[in-house]
Amino acid sequence: MSLVRSTLLAAAGLLAFLLFWEAMPRLGLINPAFLPPPSTIPAAFLREVSLGIWPEAVLSSLSHYVAGLLAGAGAGVGLGLLSGMFRPFESFTAWIVRLLRPIPGLAWVPFAIIWFGVQPSAAVFIIAIGVFWIVFFATQGAVRGVDRDLIEVAQAFGFRSPLARLTKILLPAATPGILVGLRTALGQAWMAVVAAEIFGVPGVGQRMMQASSLLSTDIVVVYMLTMAALYGLFDSAFVALQGWLLRWRA
Amino acid sequence: MADAIIDIRALSLAYERGGVRNVILSNLDLTIARGEFVVIVGESGVGKSTLLRVLIGLARPSAGKVRLDTRPGCRTPMALVFQDARLLPWRRVIDNVAFGLEGSGLSRAERRAKAAEMLALVGLADLGGRWPHQLSGGQRQRVAIARALAVEPDVLLMDEPFSALDSFTREGLQDELQRIKAQTGKTVLFVTHDIDEAVTLADRVVVLAGSPGRVAAEVRIDVPRPRPRRDAALLDAARSLRAELSRRSADL
Repeated sequence: MSLVRSTLLAAAGLLAFLLFWEAMPRLGLINPAFLPPPSTIPAAFLREVSLGIWPEAVLSSLSHYVAGLLAGAGAGVGLGLLSGMFRPFESFTAWIVRLLRPIPGLAWVPFAIIWFGVQPSAAVFIIAIGVFWIVFFATQGAVRGVDRDLIEVAQAFGFRSPLARLTKILLPAATPGILVGLRTALGQAWMAVVAAEIFGVPGVGQRMMQASSLLSTDIVVVYMLTMAALYGLFDSAFVALQGWLLRWRA
Repeated sequence: MADAIIDIRALSLAYERGGVRNVILSNLDLTIARGEFVVIVGESGVGKSTLLRVLIGLARPSAGKVRLDTRPGCRTPMALVFQDARLLPWRRVIDNVAFGLEGSGLSRAERRAKAAEMLALVGLADLGGRWPHQLSGGQRQRVAIARALAVEPDVLLMDEPFSALDSFTREGLQDELQRIKAQTGKTVLFVTHDIDEAVTLADRVVVLAGSPGRVAAEVRIDVPRPRPRRDAALLDAARSLRAELSRRSADL
């Protein structure tokens, strides 16, 4: 199928979806208070922007997102590298990992509030936990999967220290796998943002909760679409970065 | 030997796996003269590659001594060319060649200059900016040779470096290697299972045989260089080597 054809089909599909959505409340099949027709969304969006609520919520959420992502991914890559490189470290942490790994990020909310209060740092903590495991396992697996033959090349040229092995072979060779984990984390972190803000830390999640309790569903939809757009933006930027970092691949 | 650069005495290598003791090399003696081109032949599994791995430090012998008379203080007295080129796919060709120079105290620019010189030596001066996946098999092996030469080793170890290449490319690289050898005067220790390759390249062919492997025979190839292919003396040498090898394997 040609690119033009598939693009046209995709556009048609989206249009059909919007029409269906518009029709449902308009035809009285659903109460418009429960499902606002899409035609009302731009006005709601402009209202939020002109009141200054939208930029503030988005900026605040973005700062949680970036900080949580950096903290969680940083810890995940660091510990994943250690665990992938050193068997004793892996064995030492094996049961700790088993114990903590199954706990969902949301289950940490009570502790986040107790430890950090209803503060941005609590949201950052929740997001970081949501991201950490994905990146940790992706990194550990990628390091473990590095071709032994390439490690031998480093040894044959006299690079025998763990640090040299890490910087010359393991890290570059594991980069594709680590990036896959990071990309998944990029999406996971957005989910965590909403969850982390719902308990009151200012941001998109909090604004959505406020709006829904007032049945201002059009505002809820504004922020849902905002998050979709931001995620799309980040993901596209990441894919571009990934392509550049992995330009050595066939 | 008058000027031995490598002196291997009573070298043995064995390892245990699952309670079974595998002896790869046993009581191997071998002396290599400075500037000599020695080719080791033998059936697969006889320990040819293991010997090179011991010399480069990728395997630890269980007994025996290896005495090296290389330049004192040299960080990389030997360099190994693997059977598969083993280039690092995330580095451009030029940076693959410069790989072994990192940590040598040279600046990045100096390392690159040295790498460019080595690429020119193997006839790939223009390909420094490529990625490894953009090269042919023969080009990749040339890059691997350049990478090994870049660290200025006294001894070049080569582990069946041309065995994965088509015969046309292989013969080209054999000629190239002889030229490089003549140009640099390096000592070369070359492993192959190809008899014709062995007699074409070698000053001396060492036959490893048996299980565990030991030196079964040595044949000096006194044919002046450059050696024409299908030279009668080379064909003779190949014939007698083949006879020697089949006699050895009949003994086992």
